[in-house]
Amino acid sequence: MSGKAEEDVRENRHVPWRILQALKGSTFTWPFVAGFLFFVVAPIVLSLRVVLYNKQKSGLGLGEAKEVFVGADNLVRAVQDTTFWIGFGRVALYAVIMVPLTQFLSMVMALLIDSVRAKTAGKFRILLLLPYMTPGVVSTIIWIYLYSPTTSPFKWTGINFFDSNLVWFSMGQMAVWAGLGFNMLIMFGSLQSIPHEIIEAARIDGASELRIAFSIKVPFMVSSVTFTTLFGIIGTLQLFNEPYFFRSISPQTITKDFTPAMQIYNEAFQVGNINYATALSLLLAAVLCVASILLYVAQGKVNRA
Amino acid sequence: MSTATLTAKPVKAKRRKVSAESGESSANQVKGASKYFVLGLLVLLSVYAVAPLWWLIVAITKSTSTIYTTNGLWFAGGFNLFQNLHDLFTYQDGIYATWLWNTVWLSFVTSAGAMVITVAAGYALAKYNFHGKKLIMGLIMASFIIPGTLLTVPSFILFNKVGLYDNWWVMILPACFTPMDTYLAKVYAEGAVPDELMEAARIDGAGEYRIFTEISWKLMVTPAATIFLLHFVGSWNSFMWPMIFLKDYHKWTVMLGLQSWIARGTDSQYDLTMLVITGAFISMIPVVILMIAMQRYWKSGVTVGSLK
Repeated sequence: MSGKAEEDVRENRHVPWRILQALKGSTFTWPFVAGFLFFVVAPIVLSLRVVLYNKQKSGLGLGEAKEVFVGADNLVRAVQDTTFWIGFGRVALYAVIMVPLTQFLSMVMALLIDSVRAKTAGKFRILLLLPYMTPGVVSTIIWIYLYSPTTSPFKWTGINFFDSNLVWFSMGQMAVWAGLGFNMLIMFGSLQSIPHEIIEAARIDGASELRIAFSIKVPFMVSSVTFTTLFGIIGTLQLFNEPYFFRSISPQTITKDFTPAMQIYNEAFQVGNINYATALSLLLAAVLCVASILLYVAQGKVNRA
Repeated sequence: MSTATLTAKPVKAKRRKVSAESGESSANQVKGASKYFVLGLLVLLSVYAVAPLWWLIVAITKSTSTIYTTNGLWFAGGFNLFQNLHDLFTYQDGIYATWLWNTVWLSFVTSAGAMVITVAAGYALAKYNFHGKKLIMGLIMASFIIPGTLLTVPSFILFNKVGLYDNWWVMILPACFTPMDTYLAKVYAEGAVPDELMEAARIDGAGEYRIFTEISWKLMVTPAATIFLLHFVGSWNSFMWPMIFLKDYHKWTVMLGLQSWIARGTDSQYDLTMLVITGAFISMIPVVILMIAMQRYWKSGVTVGSLK
């Protein structure tokens, strides 16, 4: 107790010193805060201004383009843009199918691996993780050649993997390949953190292995992948690299505004309408925020049930 | 990638796991026929995981003609790897080597910068009480819901104004201030750097900066290495960002260069296919080596479930 009192006294006597110490401590954050303000906050603030303006060329299209205040015009146009919503629908459908499917497959795999000796499972680990270590662009390149009718080992099947009906399957298959090993490992990790007593208790109560899997292990994993799934869906909704690469092979199927992110890229850097591209970015961000909140609430409900 | 960055205290959790693994066989083991079923499945999965990479290894030994005519999963007659490497590194006066070097040093500088800046900030947020701390934490949390796509276009406008467009710094600076990493470092520092130790150092006369550079920094090696690794891989693999911000192709990174080749397909002298394939293979070697060597850091993502 006397130690506590002493501390209080010291604290009082050294108030200026403590303040100085805190100030010095805060200097560690200054570089971060400065960079954060410039590279994260400033662009967002800027986007809120840019979206209210439009570039307009004078009568003959000569001379400097002038910025004209247009109010909410860009945003209204973005909200009514069917191309955007069609693109969003595509990625949303893809995300809603692919992300849970990948998680489900990984979960089954993790349950299976959990049922063999850890040493045995460990032997397969590096092999299963190689796809995850492969850079995304490289794995896209590999699969493009594996799908391509000229170099594919599957060319005897005569399947056109870039066909408009199949292209999502082709991309999804690629995503599964790249992520399965890693996701499985995450699930496996969460399986191993289930307290052993719970499983033992269930077994003593006469629960079968299947029952244990469904009533203990699966709920445990589901609750622990909430965030993985959430991030997965949000990330997939911003899909850009894979369709962009596929477009260089199959421009007829993958249009320039195939996904919202591609449409924004095209609008900003090919068409050159920065203001409208900003409106689309803001719209996409707003939709993603709403989607995250909905998903979060929904998963909270699932977890409680 | 985001899943891997979620964990904060990987080492401890990892140890627990290892001890659980090395203990006598887990009670979950299946026996008999179903054991072989599971093993068979694991083998199949491994084949699925490795086969495309096997295709790549086989493909780099082929020539522009045999790549189209022979079975993709086995070697063709001639061994053309050295010729391919020679072509790759001499095409357009060795532009590939330039891209590779750009990627190496940019990734290195970016991840070193990000590591120092975010670890220092996270440390201060965990260990000091100062005015504005709550505001900074609030901004960090709020930034988590902002999708990356939102930043691209306005960043383009901003960087054009300040001369960052087509400038090396555009690859380095924006990646150095990732709020998620600062948050990670903060959570880790809370558990890893004891107040008593800092107090003792103060009594011995060490200043705040010296405490950080000589004591606290060493206790935060794990999050620092994790942040370094994830940034290195992230910036090595980044594609959209350099495509938007780097115009001069001498400044490009290797991923962007490969995309430009695949989009072009052929030029007047060459079918670029073999260059893309060989280039893709070379570009993945450093990352794979680094990731295997630093497994314990990124696999900490594995414990994400246990941290909930």
